[in-house]
Amino acid sequence: MADKDLNQAGYVIPPEMQSQVAITTLDKVYNWSRRNSVWPMMFGLACCAIEMICAQASRFDLSRFGMEVMRPSPRQADVMIVSGTVTKKMVPQIVRLFNQMPEPKYVIAMGACASGGGPFKEGYNVVSGIDRYIPVDVYIPGCPPTPQALLYGLISLQKKIDTENLKTSPWYSKKKSEPIPVPILGPDLMTPAKYHVIKQNTLNSQQVDSSPDAVISGGI
Amino acid sequence: MAELIESIKNIEASKKTIFVDLYPEWLELDTRQGYEGYIVKPEHLTEFAKTLRDQHGYDLLTSVTGVDYLPEGKMEVVYHVYKTIGGPILTFKCQVPRDKPELPTLVHVYPGAEFQEREAWDLLGIKFINHPDLRRILMWEGFEGHPLRKDWKEPYFEEEFKPFKNRWPEGKVYRIEDKNPYGDNVNYPAGFDPDKWVFEGDELLYKALERIIKPTGSELKTDHIIINLGPQHPSTHGVFRMVAAIEGEQIIAIKPAMGYLHRNHEKIGERNTFLQNIPFTDRLDYVSSMSNNFGYVLAVEKLMGIRPPERAEYIRVMMAEFTRVISHLISIGFLLNDLGAFFTPVLYALEERELILDIFEAVSGSRMMCNYYRFGGVARDLPEGVLQKARDLVFNRLPRKVDELDKYLTENEIIKTRCLGQGVITAERAIALSATGPILRGSGVPYDIRRADPYSIYDQLDFDVVSYEHGDIYDRYLVRLEEIRQSIKILKQVIDRIPEGPILAGKPSYQIRVPPGESYGRVEGPKGELGYYIVSNGKPNPWRYHVRAPSFINLHTLDEMCKGQKIADVVVILGSIDIVLGEVDR
Repeated sequence: MADKDLNQAGYVIPPEMQSQVAITTLDKVYNWSRRNSVWPMMFGLACCAIEMICAQASRFDLSRFGMEVMRPSPRQADVMIVSGTVTKKMVPQIVRLFNQMPEPKYVIAMGACASGGGPFKEGYNVVSGIDRYIPVDVYIPGCPPTPQALLYGLISLQKKIDTENLKTSPWYSKKKSEPIPVPILGPDLMTPAKYHVIKQNTLNSQQVDSSPDAVISGGI
Repeated sequence: MAELIESIKNIEASKKTIFVDLYPEWLELDTRQGYEGYIVKPEHLTEFAKTLRDQHGYDLLTSVTGVDYLPEGKMEVVYHVYKTIGGPILTFKCQVPRDKPELPTLVHVYPGAEFQEREAWDLLGIKFINHPDLRRILMWEGFEGHPLRKDWKEPYFEEEFKPFKNRWPEGKVYRIEDKNPYGDNVNYPAGFDPDKWVFEGDELLYKALERIIKPTGSELKTDHIIINLGPQHPSTHGVFRMVAAIEGEQIIAIKPAMGYLHRNHEKIGERNTFLQNIPFTDRLDYVSSMSNNFGYVLAVEKLMGIRPPERAEYIRVMMAEFTRVISHLISIGFLLNDLGAFFTPVLYALEERELILDIFEAVSGSRMMCNYYRFGGVARDLPEGVLQKARDLVFNRLPRKVDELDKYLTENEIIKTRCLGQGVITAERAIALSATGPILRGSGVPYDIRRADPYSIYDQLDFDVVSYEHGDIYDRYLVRLEEIRQSIKILKQVIDRIPEGPILAGKPSYQIRVPPGESYGRVEGPKGELGYYIVSNGKPNPWRYHVRAPSFINLHTLDEMCKGQKIADVVVILGSIDIVLGEVDR
């Protein structure tokens, strides 16, 4: 970090001390150190994972941003790049992995599938976007996004980290963060928080029909 | 060689009715328009299959799939078999009533039917009696319904066939979420109570594993441990899961568990128009998209009865061979990754891949998902300069780089100790388990569809079918390395001989007319035989669209290769099978 970035805290440093002392905010130091060593989790789902590997390779080289250290274990990772189609069968594992990541943690939805279902949205085993289950920080469009797009996404994440604040960021507060309830595989994917909605539809009104004409008034 | 194949073809053609003459009480000729092969009576199915295998030499059952003929009220199971000495495919079918779809299993005749029969049970609800392990394979146990049945509707169901009216021509777009009572891609049966639900899928999996563990015969009673690898595991090449029973460090049985990337290609493909399926095929084996296009367009062209112009054939072969180079390079790179040479060989492989991807990007506009082949040709002509770029790559750089890989890896002491004699599969077992591609050829069966049942212009090209006889990891590695060299040889010929001319037969059109009938198009993909089984009923959409995915079927060999090996070798063995999850789960 250049000196001029550090010395913007609004205090005047006497000239004789300028080469030895720098005044900055704690936020800045935290953010600066964190943004330059975001370790992604080594975790590929589908096609986008191949482009993610390419972004690591010689032509694009993620290590320029301090992101080359891919960690197979969620316990050591900072960012989860959800690279590919999220299926109903895989969602419980992804949520569990997210829960296992230590804070601060970030999620990047890479590609159309992870952002909203993509070309496979209508499939019966496909989740319409991972953001229905875990909070997403950066969405990268593309099918698959080129490595350049992934780089841009990661730079956007760095910019987001730059704006963090010790007072407002959830991981610095005293409150313990709650794990996200893991979805359960039933006759279809079930989110524990929505059990009452399921019951309302299956037990109370017997005439639930999946055809779109029958249920236009839906939207719960 | 070409004449020999031609003569075999002629004999086969004259034998169209031979099985009806031989076994009139077992089967009859399929006389529906556009269909071929035989319809076998279910009660004689096992007998017929046994005779085919033992007396007629049809030793490899390549594809098993079901078709739901809803209007006729029946289900049909379609089998494709061939001889590994070469020649065309034989098709036979079994018809069962839709309300009680039950058939005897063929696992005991062709062990390679196991996963495919499980898939037919999972997606179509066809029950195979006496199947050793009839569980769901792609969906989870407990899932409601059999999704590929024509009367089963997905939660985001809009209409039977595309294009959907809300997009075109009326264009009153709405979000399908808003029409689903849950606002999400889910649906539950009436009367279902989530509080009483117990998920049992994994228990059944473990029980199935227990069943195949044989007593060791040792006097000391030992206990085994069950270990899960995956679905999130750095060396499973995606979201693949293996459940291994180990004794000490030795594997005594292993079961693959898949479906974590099941993206419903077939259900979506049956709603799509024929043309709309091409970009979806790209995403099957996402490392080799061009070659996936190839198989699909071949199958549809067979139905339509058209052939692309010569220049298009050359471009197609060129792209398919480039894809094979990429796929094998990546496969070798990741195999080394699994061996512990963490990422350095992959970087070498990816460097070359980038250069080939530049060519793909120039011709198709996309690096990975090329969507380049069309029915009767390719989407666009080669832009200026691409041929020169390809020439530089093929004549100068790639051969040098392959030699470099060879020099660094082949004689490496660690690679030899870890790969030689490990993960062996014999030729007989590889055939029985329906393995294709480098696995079959690594076991000493020189079966390559480009030679055995040539398509496109492969019969005019000079190349060798690579095969090694030991069937271990090392030989599979050598097969891949040598196949890169053969691909370069093909590419040299293609680039030298590529003619000028049109690149598409007829005018490009969004909607094509496909006459009713069935067709099975297959190509020698980098991973093995990639086949597409398509049934058309004359409408703009395929009635059945099935992918015979090589990675999926090659996984049959995993259990056999891993038995008796150490747990650390499983990872390497899986690497040597070279799976891509997009294709395994589809």
